[in-house]
Amino acid sequence: MFQPSPWRADFPAIAALQRQHQTYLDSAATTQKPQHLLDALSHYYTQGAANVHRAQHLPGALATQAFEASREKVAAWLNAADAQQIVFTHGATSALNLLAYGLEWRLEAGDEIAVSALEHHANLLPWQQLAQRRGLRLVILPLDANGHIDLEAALQLIGPRTRVLAVSQLSNVLGTWQPLQPLLDHARAQGALSVVDGAQGVVHGRHDVQQLGCDFYVFSSHKLYGPDGLGVLYGRREALGLLRHWQFGGEMVQLAGYQQSSFRAAPLGFEAGTPPIASVIGLGASLDYLASLDATSVVEHEAALHRHLLRGLNDREGVRILGVPQLALASFVVEGVHNADLAHLLTEQGIAVRAGHHCAMPLVNSLGLDGAIRVSLALYNDSHDLERFFSALDQALELLR
Amino acid sequence: MSLPDAAREALDVFEQAAGWEQRARLLMQWGERLPPLDATQQCEANRVHGCESQVWLVAEQTDGRWHFKAASDARLLRGLLALLLVRADGLTGSQLQQLDLPAWFTALGLGRQLSPSRSNGLNAVLRRMAQLTDGA
Ligand SMILES: Cc1ncc(COP(=O)(O)O)c(C=O)c1O
Repeated sequence: MFQPSPWRADFPAIAALQRQHQTYLDSAATTQKPQHLLDALSHYYTQGAANVHRAQHLPGALATQAFEASREKVAAWLNAADAQQIVFTHGATSALNLLAYGLEWRLEAGDEIAVSALEHHANLLPWQQLAQRRGLRLVILPLDANGHIDLEAALQLIGPRTRVLAVSQLSNVLGTWQPLQPLLDHARAQGALSVVDGAQGVVHGRHDVQQLGCDFYVFSSHKLYGPDGLGVLYGRREALGLLRHWQFGGEMVQLAGYQQSSFRAAPLGFEAGTPPIASVIGLGASLDYLASLDATSVVEHEAALHRHLLRGLNDREGVRILGVPQLALASFVVEGVHNADLAHLLTEQGIAVRAGHHCAMPLVNSLGLDGAIRVSLALYNDSHDLERFFSALDQALELLR
Repeated sequence: MSLPDAAREALDVFEQAAGWEQRARLLMQWGERLPPLDATQQCEANRVHGCESQVWLVAEQTDGRWHFKAASDARLLRGLLALLLVRADGLTGSQLQQLDLPAWFTALGLGRQLSPSRSNGLNAVLRRMAQLTDGA
């Protein structure tokens, strides 16, 4: 039975891609954008761009107002108590690097940082490199067979030496929700700071950072139907106060002298240089759009598509799905078929999926693979997209086997 | 353009290929023709990095002419390698320098395989070939 997406027409690029015979199933990498966002960008640039937080003139005041209104919208989206707890960065990756540098001063040789075995490189490498700089131990929390952090093992491994716990909310390879609540509660009890990589999780459902009780929560705008070049770092007020400044210049300074300077607190103290103003305003528009949708129907739509995806993959012989995906995406390999060959033939047929290690090389390697194909869904996908994918997959496999 | 016989043959069949399916079949057929690389040559030193699949490239010069061998664990890439070698094998260093390989693949209807976002590694192979034969 055809399952349409009631929101498909809100995303003009989907129709444009369809005219180019492209079926977009790579939304975990980046999403298409709603018209509402395009209008906001166009409005900002046609009505008068200006820098923020520095000019007294009218365009500057308007830009700053729109910019700060977006901060409020992001805070509301995450249910942060105060918009001043939202720091704009250039992406999830830069937010995680900010944390690794900002917390460095608190860590000394022998301390431990715990990350999971499924982390995206963005939430692995900053901690790994920090560990190397400071002589820390990087503890890797193992996974169970389904692709969840093995809670029992993790609770053992996170102990009094653990100073930071950094974990993904939703795996970008396995499509599994991680058992955040017990991990975060345990980390807090052990006196460790907690960092949640919400890059994938934030796209599916609403998450309440106060309820989660994490110290930091990070995501990228472009995966949440917003513009690129923009990330968000939420921090608990006390946790933000622990961060040392890491990038310098522009309006992050309070008083600057030739030899000495003092710096602002978060958020501005961590937004050195001109921020991606249009993107911040655009993200606000994307959030307005998302907030206008019926959240339950979105969740149901995505869940139905995901069931369809899993059913179709499971129906095909030799397909091995990585882990037990719960939503949003599925990664798979086909017995006796090289990923690169399959990816090549799917591309030839206009199927936009991702092949490779998905920026989680250690995870993919630990599964005994050097790559996999990932199909990922968004609210604008419909069941025809999946049918086109399956028929392309069948054609490709017929040629290759 | 004066083409080696095998390259002429490749051009003839690929030019006539209708659609992606036939091109894929041809690529796999040409991949089968790639002479195997012995195990000792499938070593780290001959690995071409920057590909999703494993690729090895060996270049040797005899009497001023370059001869190549290549292998990959991916079938379609093996085909691309075979098409590369029929065009480049036996050329002198200066002939290689003048050879427009992207134009060659475009003539075969395979130009898209060289787009920068492709991770199939053909670009990396071309770069490696240029490195290996550069200045020799
Ligand atoms: C789980 C996860 N974390 C972090 C990132 C990094 O996001 P960005 O590249 O936007 O900084 C991604 C994006 O691929 C991701 O999937």
